[in-house]
Amino acid sequence: MSFIPGQPVTAVVQRVEIQKLCQGDHLILGFSIGGGMDQDPVQNPYSEDKTDKGIYVTRVTPKGPAEKAGLMMGDKIMQVNGWDMTMVTHDQARKRLTKKKEDVVRLLVTRKSLEEAVKHSMCGYPKQ
Amino acid sequence: MDSESTHSGYSYSSRSGRSNRHGRERHKVNNSKDSSRSERSVVINPPDTPSHNSHNSHNSQDSPVHNGEPLPGEPGPPDPDQGDETQDDNWGETTTAVTGTSELSLSQEEVVGLGKSPEDRVRACRRYFPLALGLALGLLVVATPLAFLLLPVALWADRLQACGAACEGLFLSLSFKLLILLVAVWALFLRPSRAGLPRLCAYRGFLATLTLLLTMSYWLFYGVRILDPQDEDYHGIAQFAVSLVDSLLFVHYLAVVLLELRQLQPCFSVCVMRSTDGETRHYNLGRLSIQRAALSLLEFYYRDFPLHNPALLSASKQRTAKQLAGLKVYNVDAGPGSTAGAQPANSSQSRAMVTAAAAKRKDSAHNELYYEEADHDRRVRKRRARLVVAVEEAFTHVRRMKAEDERATPADIMEVREAALAIFPSMARSLQKYLRTTRRQHCHSMDSIQKHLAFCLVNNMSPKAFLEAYLAPGPTLQYGPERWMADQWTLVSEASVTGGVQDGSEFLLRCLDFSLAVTVRSIPYLRMTEEFVDPKSHKFTLLLQSETSV
Repeated sequence: MSFIPGQPVTAVVQRVEIQKLCQGDHLILGFSIGGGMDQDPVQNPYSEDKTDKGIYVTRVTPKGPAEKAGLMMGDKIMQVNGWDMTMVTHDQARKRLTKKKEDVVRLLVTRKSLEEAVKHSMCGYPKQ
Repeated sequence: MDSESTHSGYSYSSRSGRSNRHGRERHKVNNSKDSSRSERSVVINPPDTPSHNSHNSHNSQDSPVHNGEPLPGEPGPPDPDQGDETQDDNWGETTTAVTGTSELSLSQEEVVGLGKSPEDRVRACRRYFPLALGLALGLLVVATPLAFLLLPVALWADRLQACGAACEGLFLSLSFKLLILLVAVWALFLRPSRAGLPRLCAYRGFLATLTLLLTMSYWLFYGVRILDPQDEDYHGIAQFAVSLVDSLLFVHYLAVVLLELRQLQPCFSVCVMRSTDGETRHYNLGRLSIQRAALSLLEFYYRDFPLHNPALLSASKQRTAKQLAGLKVYNVDAGPGSTAGAQPANSSQSRAMVTAAAAKRKDSAHNELYYEEADHDRRVRKRRARLVVAVEEAFTHVRRMKAEDERATPADIMEVREAALAIFPSMARSLQKYLRTTRRQHCHSMDSIQKHLAFCLVNNMSPKAFLEAYLAPGPTLQYGPERWMADQWTLVSEASVTGGVQDGSEFLLRCLDFSLAVTVRSIPYLRMTEEFVDPKSHKFTLLLQSETSV
């Protein structure tokens, strides 16, 4: 998940669609995020590259909408509803996720196991 | 080692140590003992009177109280470890504190010896020659300006022009400058010299020569320009005299700078190591000649190094002696004619065999050393614990007299010496045993212990403060003049001793029992750079790691 500054970022992503749950007068998604451009990337336990200032999923509430949709702890969120999340501050990320007018968020998330799965599947096939 | 004595008297053995030292003086007291014998003890009973027994709160067999006065000329009842030590009947004379506090002071022996042998006469001449020369030069220096002023008045007073206020001003300034010069010379040069160095100090010689040259040239000019033509201008003569005193004051300034100020800035780091037990200290010195550096280092030695104790060194010698003692190599095959040629090969062969055999023995030697040291440490700690308890208990029996005690019986009110004598016996035995275990019993005489105890009582010291003097060996100076050996130092150096100390110089200061090896390193030239920090440049950002749940 490391990136080269100036080059386009490539990653294997998974599309996760979460329905917001109505709790009182809030709409919640059921997970917590950490990271951001204004945060200290060194303290991120989930990132491979400790200079990565992206948004990571730090906690997933059990039996919440995020867990049902397949989000896992340690995922890096690359896009939310088409908006980029790799170069945003923490507060901007929070705002994009908690827009009151939307009740569905479509995330593009990446994790290490996805890369490895793709690699394994590619090795299985001979070159054609 | 202590249990065999039937009396628990205090051992008073500094006498034997002293007699060892004087055995090697040039006045040849006839003692053929070596320094290892200084640990033998001679027992003398303390001068305790029966009236103080009631104040002792312990068994009578513990207290070293005996009837009768101590006999200073004889030892007490025979001590088994004393052996065949001969008595030094002159110890009454040799106990006076006459040895070298200042090398220039005359001791009793030297006054007697001055007229005796030619060697002594030469030595005395050498010692007093610089002083005599200095005094002569000083007199010359003081008398010259006055002579300059007085000679015209004496010789041709009628033709002299009277000069008014200007001359009087010159006379005033001359007299005050002369006074200042006298005080300055007294302050700088007329101090008792603290040592006798092997060679003349180069700077002093230079300054004396300079002063002499200056004065002689002034006399020359005076004689040629003023005495011969009998100059009548008194104002000019007075100015001439004042200029001489000015020049002398500047020479004195030069003396202050050369003799006192130049060596203050440290530029050498010196390592001093004692040869017998490896005690090492490091000092910083300035630019000095080797002999003056040696003098400074000796003064530091007397202040910093713990007392040299030959009793502690015999252990390692015994160990090595034991290793090689049982091994002797005999060459059975050497014929009568071949001994001369076979000698070198023999000795190297025998040495090789001896070292091989000794190597086999080493396995037991280090084991022995380990257990012996552990045992010794345990014994010292045990004795120390007993000593601390005994001293604390002794100190509880005495306290300062308070106002309400004035009504107590007069027999209980004592002077400090009596109080010290009263509580001393209860701690004397454990103190003696402790000192024997740490092999320092010859450093402390009973008298000195009692004096120290009185001092501690007067100054309200705690028992721990009293004990500190005995738990660790202190610097040499606190042990009395018989330990100082101040006139027995030899400076051994490959470079000239009046030359300056350089980086890499090494020299040796040898005493009779040990030597101090001195190595000199120069302090590096430090290059410091500067970095300016704008106070406004201290800015900080917060690095957070917040977690938001969405």
